[in-house]
Amino acid sequence: MRAASQVLEEHRVELSTLDREIGDGDHGENMNRGFGALVTALERDAPDSPGGVLKLAATTLISKVGGAAGPLYGTAFLRAATAVKDAAELDADLVAKALRAALDGVVARGKAELGDKTMVDALLPAVRAAEEAAGRGEDVPTLLKAAAEAAAEGADSTVLLVARKGRASYLGERSVGHLDPGARSTSLLLRTFADVASGVR
Amino acid sequence: MTTRVGLVLVSHSRRLAEGVAELAAQMAPDVVVVAAGGDGDGGLGTDYATVTGAVVEADAGAGVVVLYDLGSARMVADMAAEDAEDRQVVVVDAPIVEGAVAAAVSAQGGAGLAVVAQAAVGAAPGAPNPAVRPSLRLVTNASRLDVVLTNEVGLHARPSALLARTVAELDADVVVRFGGEEADAKSVLALMGLGAPEGARIEVVASGKDADEALRRVEELAERGFDE
Ligand SMILES: Nc1ncnc2c1ncn2[C@@H]1O[C@H](COP(=O)(O)OP(=O)(O)OP(=O)(O)O)[C@@H](O)[C@H]1O
Ligand SMILES: [Mg+2]
Repeated sequence: MRAASQVLEEHRVELSTLDREIGDGDHGENMNRGFGALVTALERDAPDSPGGVLKLAATTLISKVGGAAGPLYGTAFLRAATAVKDAAELDADLVAKALRAALDGVVARGKAELGDKTMVDALLPAVRAAEEAAGRGEDVPTLLKAAAEAAAEGADSTVLLVARKGRASYLGERSVGHLDPGARSTSLLLRTFADVASGVR
Repeated sequence: MTTRVGLVLVSHSRRLAEGVAELAAQMAPDVVVVAAGGDGDGGLGTDYATVTGAVVEADAGAGVVVLYDLGSARMVADMAAEDAEDRQVVVVDAPIVEGAVAAAVSAQGGAGLAVVAQAAVGAAPGAPNPAVRPSLRLVTNASRLDVVLTNEVGLHARPSALLARTVAELDADVVVRFGGEEADAKSVLALMGLGAPEGARIEVVASGKDADEALRRVEELAERGFDE
């Protein structure tokens, strides 16, 4: 989470610029504020289980991120926390389950489908890749790497899409040619989780 | 005193939420209408804590209807409703201005949560108006009265709201007839749906225990030109 906060800080301007092109320009600030608050909360009192950390992430993001990303990521982390229960450590199957639960949460909250030019376009392929990797018996770093790659590809695919959900949908055809900021932040988060799991970060 | 349904208005803009609250409250002096606008920090956006706080403030025990403007406002409203636990909170998909006014007037009349929510939804432009129906019935045991609308706008929003409020608490079935149609006089939307203009002669028919009182109040209101 600390690494995620750092990455979001590094990409704050990029995310806000993307959001300025097809939205209201606050996505980078929103995410940076939320994850910054999460790091502070973790420093104050870090839960000792992965589920506890995910739950803390959820409540912090819901109250601190604002915008659409707050409820969406908040619900995602909350569902993920429920999926991993009180497991002391996450194996590949649990990580895949947590990602699936997160996706279900985002869809329940935002009602977006694949191709609507939202974070779902990054998260859904990532979940599929993670489930396939878990099915092949891969370890957690490999699974997360596959998920991150699928998310990056999914995020890139949003450039050609017409937005049908969120602020960008008011632009209609004019949203084509721009990367969706939420899909980009999802891809950045998964990349970071993969890097941390494989010891790169 | 009756406990009334409360309203919460979730908007990205604090001023927009406050403006709509002001408009809705004008027609419903006893309804708690709480504006939950802005990011909680003086800027544009939505804020979970602002909305949950507003729900608590608006709930007098009869439940809360929540209206929202765009995007994340709906998501935050849904979350606040899900997390409200022992409170009854309904988030409605309705135009925030028309919906808030219709819901406020309905709540003022003492309607329950479902009816108030329905009033908001029914305020959508183009939504069918079930309360206006062809007037065919011959009511027996009813008192009736003809009223000529001398006010400038006829049975427009504000006069309709006043009329509905005047008869809302009475133990009487009151209908207003005009142009071959009739409307439930306790429904603002139905009254507006009649489209009775200035100079129109409307017929008011009331039955039930307070029927005569209802007619007396309507007559008085019309004589005052609906306070215009
Ligand atoms: N209904 C939705 N379902 C899934 N993702 C969504 C939805 N609406 C918006 N998003 C995602 O959220 C991102 C924007 O997040 P941001 O934090 O900037 O919120 P916002 O659009 O400014 O919020 P608001 O609705 O308050 O204007 C989009 O790029 C998109 O990926
Ligand atoms: Mg934005």
